[in-house]
Amino acid sequence: MMHGKRWVIAGMILFAALAAFPFYWYSMGEDKPFPKLEMPEKASACVEKTPFMRANHMRLLDAWRVSVVRDNLFVYTAVSGKTFEMNLHKTCLGCHTSTEKFCDRCHAYNDVTPPCWECHVATGVSGEGDAS
Amino acid sequence: MTISRRKFLKTVSASCLAVTAHSAVGHGFELPGRMSPGPQELKARRWGMVVDMRRCDGRCTEDCIGVCHEIHNVPYIPKAEHQVMWLFQEPYENTFPDRSHELISKHLKNRIFLLLCNHCDDPPCVRACPTQATFKRENDGIVMIDYHRCIGCRFCMAACPYGSRSFNFRDPRPYIKTIHPEFPTRRKGVVEKCNFCQERLEVGKMPACVETCKKGALVFGDLEDPSSEIRRILAETPHVRRKPQLGTRPSVFYIF
Repeated sequence: MMHGKRWVIAGMILFAALAAFPFYWYSMGEDKPFPKLEMPEKASACVEKTPFMRANHMRLLDAWRVSVVRDNLFVYTAVSGKTFEMNLHKTCLGCHTSTEKFCDRCHAYNDVTPPCWECHVATGVSGEGDAS
Repeated sequence: MTISRRKFLKTVSASCLAVTAHSAVGHGFELPGRMSPGPQELKARRWGMVVDMRRCDGRCTEDCIGVCHEIHNVPYIPKAEHQVMWLFQEPYENTFPDRSHELISKHLKNRIFLLLCNHCDDPPCVRACPTQATFKRENDGIVMIDYHRCIGCRFCMAACPYGSRSFNFRDPRPYIKTIHPEFPTRRKGVVEKCNFCQERLEVGKMPACVETCKKGALVFGDLEDPSSEIRRILAETPHVRRKPQLGTRPSVFYIF
Protein backbone atom coordinates (compact mmCIF):
# COMPACT_ATOMS: atom_id res chain seq x y z
CA MET A 1 0.00 0.00 0.00
CA MET A 2 1.71 3.17 -1.09
CA HIS A 3 0.29 6.68 -1.05
CA GLY A 4 1.02 8.97 -4.00
CA LYS A 5 2.63 6.14 -5.88
CA ARG A 6 2.89 8.17 -9.06
CA TRP A 7 4.90 10.96 -7.47
CA VAL A 8 7.16 8.63 -5.59
CA ILE A 9 8.06 6.64 -8.67
CA ALA A 10 8.47 9.79 -10.78
CA GLY A 11 10.74 11.21 -8.10
CA MET A 12 12.81 8.05 -7.97
CA ILE A 13 13.26 8.08 -11.72
CA LEU A 14 14.26 11.74 -11.66
CA PHE A 15 16.77 11.08 -8.89
CA ALA A 16 18.28 8.12 -10.73
CA ALA A 17 18.55 10.19 -13.90
CA LEU A 18 20.26 13.06 -12.10
CA ALA A 19 22.65 10.75 -10.25
CA ALA A 20 23.56 8.96 -13.44
CA PHE A 21 23.93 12.12 -15.48
CA PRO A 22 27.64 12.83 -14.74
CA PHE A 23 28.58 9.27 -15.70
CA TYR A 24 26.56 9.52 -18.88
CA TRP A 25 27.96 12.96 -19.69
CA TYR A 26 31.57 11.93 -19.26
CA SER A 27 31.15 8.67 -21.10
CA MET A 28 29.99 10.70 -24.10
CA GLY A 29 33.15 12.81 -24.21
CA GLU A 30 36.38 11.44 -25.54
CA ASP A 31 39.04 10.30 -23.12
CA LYS A 32 41.66 12.89 -22.59
CA PRO A 33 44.86 11.34 -23.89
CA PHE A 34 47.41 10.56 -21.23
CA PRO A 35 49.97 13.34 -21.36
CA LYS A 36 53.26 12.73 -23.06
CA LEU A 37 55.87 12.93 -20.35
CA GLU A 38 59.38 13.88 -21.13
CA MET A 39 61.49 11.05 -19.79
CA PRO A 40 64.99 11.68 -18.52
CA GLU A 41 67.70 11.12 -21.05
CA LYS A 42 70.54 10.30 -18.76
CA ALA A 43 68.83 7.67 -16.60
CA SER A 44 66.96 4.53 -17.59
CA ALA A 45 65.49 3.64 -14.21
CA CYS A 46 63.99 5.65 -11.37
CA VAL A 47 64.71 5.18 -7.67
CA GLU A 48 62.29 2.28 -7.46
CA LYS A 49 60.40 0.50 -10.26
CA THR A 50 58.20 2.69 -12.46
CA PRO A 51 54.77 1.33 -11.33
CA PHE A 52 55.80 1.84 -7.71
CA MET A 53 57.03 5.34 -8.42
CA ARG A 54 53.92 6.24 -10.36
CA ALA A 55 51.68 5.14 -7.50
CA ASN A 56 53.82 6.11 -4.53
CA HIS A 57 56.24 8.91 -5.43
CA MET A 58 54.46 11.29 -3.08
CA ARG A 59 54.70 8.85 -0.19
CA LEU A 60 58.33 8.19 -0.99
CA LEU A 61 59.04 11.93 -0.95
CA ASP A 62 57.22 12.32 2.36
CA ALA A 63 59.20 9.47 3.88
CA TRP A 64 62.43 10.97 2.55
CA ARG A 65 61.60 14.33 4.06
CA VAL A 66 60.89 12.90 7.50
CA SER A 67 64.04 10.84 7.35
CA VAL A 68 66.31 13.74 6.34
CA VAL A 69 64.79 16.47 8.46
CA ARG A 70 64.08 14.53 11.64
CA ASP A 71 66.37 11.51 11.67
CA ASN A 72 69.57 12.79 9.97
CA LEU A 73 69.51 10.00 7.43
CA PHE A 74 70.36 11.19 3.95
CA VAL A 75 71.06 8.10 1.88
CA TYR A 76 68.37 5.84 0.45
CA THR A 77 69.26 2.34 -0.63
CA ALA A 78 66.68 1.11 -3.11
CA VAL A 79 65.55 -2.48 -3.56
CA SER A 80 67.95 -2.73 -6.49
CA GLY A 81 70.82 -1.92 -4.14
CA LYS A 82 71.51 1.42 -5.77
CA THR A 83 71.96 4.34 -3.38
CA PHE A 84 70.47 7.79 -3.75
CA GLU A 85 70.85 11.01 -1.86
CA MET A 86 67.41 11.83 -0.47
CA ASN A 87 67.19 15.23 -2.05
CA LEU A 88 64.38 16.43 -4.29
CA HIS A 89 66.55 18.95 -6.04
CA LYS A 90 69.69 16.93 -6.60
CA THR A 91 68.26 13.45 -7.10
CA CYS A 92 64.79 13.90 -8.61
CA LEU A 93 65.39 17.02 -10.64
CA GLY A 94 68.87 15.80 -11.47
CA CYS A 95 67.25 13.38 -13.91
CA HIS A 96 63.84 14.93 -14.49
CA THR A 97 65.34 18.10 -15.87
CA SER A 98 62.03 19.79 -16.56
CA THR A 99 59.37 19.90 -13.87
CA GLU A 100 57.02 21.47 -16.38
CA LYS A 101 57.33 18.66 -18.90
CA PHE A 102 57.29 15.83 -16.37
CA CYS A 103 55.59 16.63 -13.04
CA ASP A 104 53.20 19.36 -14.12
CA ARG A 105 51.82 17.56 -17.17
CA CYS A 106 50.76 14.50 -15.20
CA HIS A 107 49.49 16.54 -12.25
CA ALA A 108 47.41 18.67 -14.59
CA TYR A 109 45.99 15.55 -16.24
CA ASN A 110 45.01 14.15 -12.87
CA ASP A 111 43.78 17.52 -11.65
CA VAL A 112 46.00 17.60 -8.59
CA THR A 113 47.90 20.67 -7.47
CA PRO A 114 50.62 19.71 -5.01
CA PRO A 115 52.29 22.80 -3.59
CA CYS A 116 55.87 21.53 -4.05
CA TRP A 117 57.08 24.42 -6.17
CA GLU A 118 55.89 27.10 -3.80
CA CYS A 119 59.09 26.45 -1.86
CA HIS A 120 61.21 23.96 -3.77
CA VAL A 121 62.60 25.60 -6.83
CA ALA A 122 61.17 24.21 -10.06
CA THR A 123 63.49 23.92 -13.01
CA GLY A 124 63.69 27.04 -15.11
CA VAL A 125 63.07 29.38 -12.17
CA SER A 126 65.99 31.74 -12.04
CA GLY A 127 64.23 34.19 -9.76
CA GLU A 128 65.50 37.64 -10.32
CA GLY A 129 63.59 39.33 -7.51
CA ASP A 130 61.91 42.39 -8.92
CA ALA A 131 59.92 43.74 -5.97
CA SER A 132 61.72 46.06 -3.63
CA MET B 1 16.19 -15.50 3.20
CA THR B 2 15.41 -14.11 6.59
CA ILE B 3 17.84 -12.55 8.98
CA SER B 4 17.21 -11.67 12.57
CA ARG B 5 17.43 -8.05 13.61
CA ARG B 6 20.15 -8.97 16.05
CA LYS B 7 22.31 -10.63 13.41
CA PHE B 8 21.74 -7.78 10.96
CA LEU B 9 22.90 -5.17 13.47
CA LYS B 10 25.89 -7.28 14.40
CA THR B 11 27.02 -7.61 10.80
CA VAL B 12 26.50 -3.93 10.03
CA SER B 13 28.40 -2.70 13.08
CA ALA B 14 31.24 -5.16 12.51
CA SER B 15 31.56 -3.96 8.91
CA CYS B 16 31.54 -0.30 9.96
CA LEU B 17 34.24 -1.01 12.52
CA ALA B 18 36.35 -2.84 9.96
CA VAL B 19 36.11 0.04 7.49
CA THR B 20 37.00 2.72 10.08
CA ALA B 21 39.78 0.64 11.56
CA HIS B 22 41.26 0.16 8.13
CA SER B 23 41.28 3.85 7.36
CA ALA B 24 42.62 4.66 10.82
CA VAL B 25 45.59 2.32 10.74
CA GLY B 26 45.85 1.56 7.06
CA HIS B 27 47.97 4.61 6.23
CA GLY B 28 51.24 3.13 7.35
CA PHE B 29 53.47 3.31 4.34
CA GLU B 30 56.77 1.55 4.40
CA LEU B 31 59.39 2.26 1.82
CA PRO B 32 60.83 -0.85 0.25
CA GLY B 33 64.39 0.47 0.55
CA ARG B 34 66.27 1.59 3.62
CA MET B 35 67.74 4.84 4.93
CA SER B 36 71.21 5.43 6.26
CA PRO B 37 73.41 8.37 7.30
CA GLY B 38 75.45 10.23 4.71
CA PRO B 39 79.05 9.08 4.26
CA GLN B 40 80.63 12.53 4.71
CA GLU B 41 78.25 13.87 7.31
CA LEU B 42 79.77 15.89 10.15
CA LYS B 43 78.58 14.39 13.41
CA ALA B 44 78.04 15.82 16.85
CA ARG B 45 75.80 15.04 19.76
CA ARG B 46 75.06 18.72 20.34
CA TRP B 47 76.20 21.37 17.91
CA GLY B 48 77.17 24.71 19.37
CA MET B 49 78.84 27.96 18.39
CA VAL B 50 81.14 30.48 19.98
CA VAL B 51 80.98 34.08 18.79
CA ASP B 52 84.32 35.54 19.78
CA MET B 53 83.73 39.29 19.90
CA ARG B 54 87.45 39.92 20.47
CA ARG B 55 87.95 38.88 16.87
CA CYS B 56 84.71 40.16 15.37
CA ASP B 57 85.07 43.91 14.94
CA GLY B 58 81.69 44.23 13.20
CA ARG B 59 83.26 45.60 10.03
CA CYS B 60 82.60 42.63 7.82
CA THR B 61 79.41 41.20 9.31
CA GLU B 62 77.70 42.00 6.02
CA ASP B 63 79.86 39.24 4.52
CA CYS B 64 78.76 36.39 6.76
CA ILE B 65 75.17 37.62 6.89
CA GLY B 66 75.19 38.05 3.12
CA VAL B 67 76.49 34.54 2.43
CA CYS B 68 74.00 32.98 4.86
CA HIS B 69 71.05 34.82 3.40
CA GLU B 70 72.17 34.20 -0.16
CA ILE B 71 72.58 30.42 0.05
CA HIS B 72 69.39 29.98 2.07
CA ASN B 73 67.26 32.15 -0.21
CA VAL B 74 66.43 34.56 2.60
CA PRO B 75 64.51 37.49 1.11
CA TYR B 76 65.53 41.07 1.62
CA ILE B 77 62.34 42.97 2.45
CA PRO B 78 62.97 46.66 3.14
CA LYS B 79 59.86 47.13 5.29
CA ALA B 80 61.22 46.59 8.79
CA GLU B 81 58.20 44.73 10.21
CA HIS B 82 58.31 42.22 7.36
CA GLN B 83 62.04 41.57 7.42
CA VAL B 84 63.26 37.99 7.46
CA MET B 85 66.53 37.29 9.25
CA TRP B 86 68.56 34.18 9.92
CA LEU B 87 71.80 35.88 10.92
CA PHE B 88 71.56 39.48 12.10
CA GLN B 89 73.19 42.07 14.29
CA GLU B 90 72.15 44.18 17.23
CA PRO B 91 73.89 46.52 19.70
CA TYR B 92 74.81 45.36 23.20
CA GLU B 93 71.66 46.63 24.91
CA ASN B 94 69.46 44.56 22.62
CA THR B 95 71.68 41.50 22.70
CA PHE B 96 72.09 41.42 26.47
CA PRO B 97 69.23 43.59 27.76
CA ASP B 98 69.51 42.03 31.22
CA ARG B 99 73.20 42.94 31.48
CA SER B 100 72.86 46.42 30.08
CA HIS B 101 72.84 49.47 32.34
CA GLU B 102 73.56 53.19 32.23
CA LEU B 103 77.24 52.90 33.17
CA ILE B 104 78.20 50.27 30.66
CA SER B 105 81.73 50.57 29.25
CA LYS B 106 82.18 52.25 25.89
CA HIS B 107 83.89 49.13 24.68
CA LEU B 108 80.62 47.22 24.98
CA LYS B 109 78.15 50.00 24.32
CA ASN B 110 79.31 50.60 20.78
CA ARG B 111 79.70 46.98 19.82
CA ILE B 112 77.55 45.27 17.24
CA PHE B 113 76.80 41.64 18.09
CA LEU B 114 76.10 38.86 15.67
CA LEU B 115 72.86 37.04 16.45
CA LEU B 116 71.30 33.82 15.28
CA CYS B 117 69.06 31.06 16.57
CA ASN B 118 70.55 29.81 19.83
CA HIS B 119 69.53 26.21 19.19
CA CYS B 120 68.63 25.98 22.87
CA ASP B 121 69.03 22.76 24.76
CA ASP B 122 65.52 23.32 26.15
CA PRO B 123 63.88 25.29 23.36
CA PRO B 124 60.67 27.12 24.32
CA CYS B 125 59.66 27.41 20.65
CA VAL B 126 59.39 23.62 20.44
CA ARG B 127 57.05 23.49 23.42
CA ALA B 128 54.88 26.20 21.87
CA CYS B 129 54.54 24.62 18.44
CA PRO B 130 51.11 22.96 18.16
CA THR B 131 51.97 20.90 15.07
CA GLN B 132 55.50 19.71 15.89
CA ALA B 133 56.68 21.61 12.84
CA THR B 134 59.53 22.90 14.95
CA PHE B 135 61.45 20.35 16.93
CA LYS B 136 64.84 19.65 18.43
CA ARG B 137 66.75 16.82 16.84
CA GLU B 138 67.76 14.52 19.63
CA ASN B 139 70.83 13.25 17.83
CA ASP B 140 72.56 16.59 17.15
CA GLY B 141 70.62 19.21 19.10
CA ILE B 142 69.69 21.34 16.10
CA VAL B 143 66.33 23.08 16.40
CA MET B 144 64.71 22.62 13.03
CA ILE B 145 61.53 23.67 11.27
CA ASP B 146 59.60 21.40 8.96
CA TYR B 147 58.05 24.06 6.76
CA HIS B 148 55.57 21.54 5.39
CA ARG B 149 53.94 21.32 8.80
CA CYS B 150 54.14 24.98 9.81
CA ILE B 151 50.66 26.51 9.97
CA GLY B 152 51.94 30.03 10.61
CA CYS B 153 50.41 30.47 14.07
CA ARG B 154 53.58 32.23 15.30
CA PHE B 155 53.36 30.79 18.81
CA CYS B 156 57.05 29.93 18.45
CA MET B 157 57.89 33.55 17.72
CA ALA B 158 56.10 34.61 20.87
CA ALA B 159 57.85 31.87 22.83
CA CYS B 160 61.39 32.59 21.59
CA PRO B 161 63.05 35.00 24.01
CA TYR B 162 65.74 35.91 21.48
CA GLY B 163 63.75 37.17 18.49
CA SER B 164 65.46 34.61 16.29
CA ARG B 165 62.41 33.77 14.24
CA SER B 166 60.86 35.63 11.32
CA PHE B 167 57.45 35.28 9.76
CA ASN B 168 56.79 35.41 6.04
CA PHE B 169 54.07 38.02 5.91
CA ARG B 170 54.25 37.95 2.14
CA ASP B 171 55.53 35.74 -0.65
CA PRO B 172 59.30 35.94 -0.21
CA ARG B 173 60.24 35.02 -3.78
CA PRO B 174 60.01 38.48 -5.36
CA TYR B 175 62.40 39.73 -2.67
CA ILE B 176 65.13 37.18 -3.32
CA LYS B 177 67.79 38.64 -5.54
CA THR B 178 69.02 35.36 -6.99
CA ILE B 179 67.24 32.15 -6.13
CA HIS B 180 69.65 29.31 -5.36
CA PRO B 181 67.69 26.28 -6.58
CA GLU B 182 69.48 23.73 -4.42
CA PHE B 183 67.87 25.18 -1.26
CA PRO B 184 64.10 25.67 -1.10
CA THR B 185 62.64 29.11 -0.53
CA ARG B 186 59.84 29.54 1.96
CA ARG B 187 56.26 30.50 1.22
CA LYS B 188 53.91 33.09 2.58
CA GLY B 189 52.64 32.15 6.04
CA VAL B 190 55.49 30.13 7.52
CA VAL B 191 58.04 30.97 10.20
CA GLU B 192 61.73 30.57 9.44
CA LYS B 193 65.11 30.84 11.13
CA CYS B 194 68.73 29.69 11.14
CA ASN B 195 69.15 25.92 10.78
CA PHE B 196 72.85 25.75 11.79
CA CYS B 197 73.44 24.90 8.12
CA GLN B 198 72.07 21.40 8.57
CA GLU B 199 72.15 20.94 4.78
CA ARG B 200 75.89 21.67 4.77
CA LEU B 201 76.72 19.51 7.78
CA GLU B 202 75.13 16.55 6.05
CA VAL B 203 77.62 16.82 3.20
CA GLY B 204 80.60 17.44 5.44
CA LYS B 205 80.80 21.23 5.33
CA MET B 206 80.95 23.69 8.20
CA PRO B 207 78.18 26.32 8.45
CA ALA B 208 78.49 29.05 5.85
CA CYS B 209 79.03 31.90 8.35
CA VAL B 210 81.82 29.96 10.07
CA GLU B 211 83.48 29.26 6.74
CA THR B 212 83.10 32.88 5.61
CA CYS B 213 84.59 34.45 8.73
CA LYS B 214 88.28 34.84 7.97
CA LYS B 215 89.03 36.18 11.46
CA GLY B 216 88.12 32.99 13.24
CA ALA B 217 85.49 34.75 15.31
CA LEU B 218 83.00 31.95 14.84
CA VAL B 219 83.86 28.54 16.23
CA PHE B 220 81.52 25.65 15.63
CA GLY B 221 81.73 22.25 17.25
CA ASP B 222 80.35 19.54 19.47
CA LEU B 223 79.46 20.74 22.96
CA GLU B 224 79.21 17.18 24.21
CA ASP B 225 82.69 16.24 23.10
CA PRO B 226 85.20 17.22 25.83
CA SER B 227 88.07 17.14 23.35
CA SER B 228 86.50 19.49 20.79
CA GLU B 229 87.95 22.93 20.11
CA ILE B 230 84.76 24.65 21.19
CA ARG B 231 84.91 22.90 24.56
CA ARG B 232 88.56 23.90 24.96
CA ILE B 233 87.70 27.55 24.25
CA LEU B 234 84.76 27.49 26.65
CA ALA B 235 86.91 25.90 29.34
CA GLU B 236 89.66 28.49 28.98
CA THR B 237 87.77 31.71 28.34
CA PRO B 238 85.07 33.57 30.26
CA HIS B 239 81.92 33.61 28.17
CA VAL B 240 78.23 34.40 28.39
CA ARG B 241 75.00 33.19 26.91
CA ARG B 242 71.96 35.31 26.19
CA LYS B 243 69.33 35.46 28.96
CA PRO B 244 70.66 32.42 30.87
CA GLN B 245 68.16 33.04 33.69
CA LEU B 246 65.38 31.73 31.44
CA GLY B 247 66.82 28.23 31.57
CA THR B 248 66.73 27.63 27.84
CA ARG B 249 70.44 26.70 27.82
CA PRO B 250 71.46 28.28 24.49
CA SER B 251 74.10 26.56 22.38
CA VAL B 252 75.53 29.89 21.21
CA PHE B 253 78.17 31.49 23.45
CA TYR B 254 79.67 34.98 23.39
CA ILE B 255 83.17 35.99 24.40
CA PHE B 256 83.90 39.73 24.80
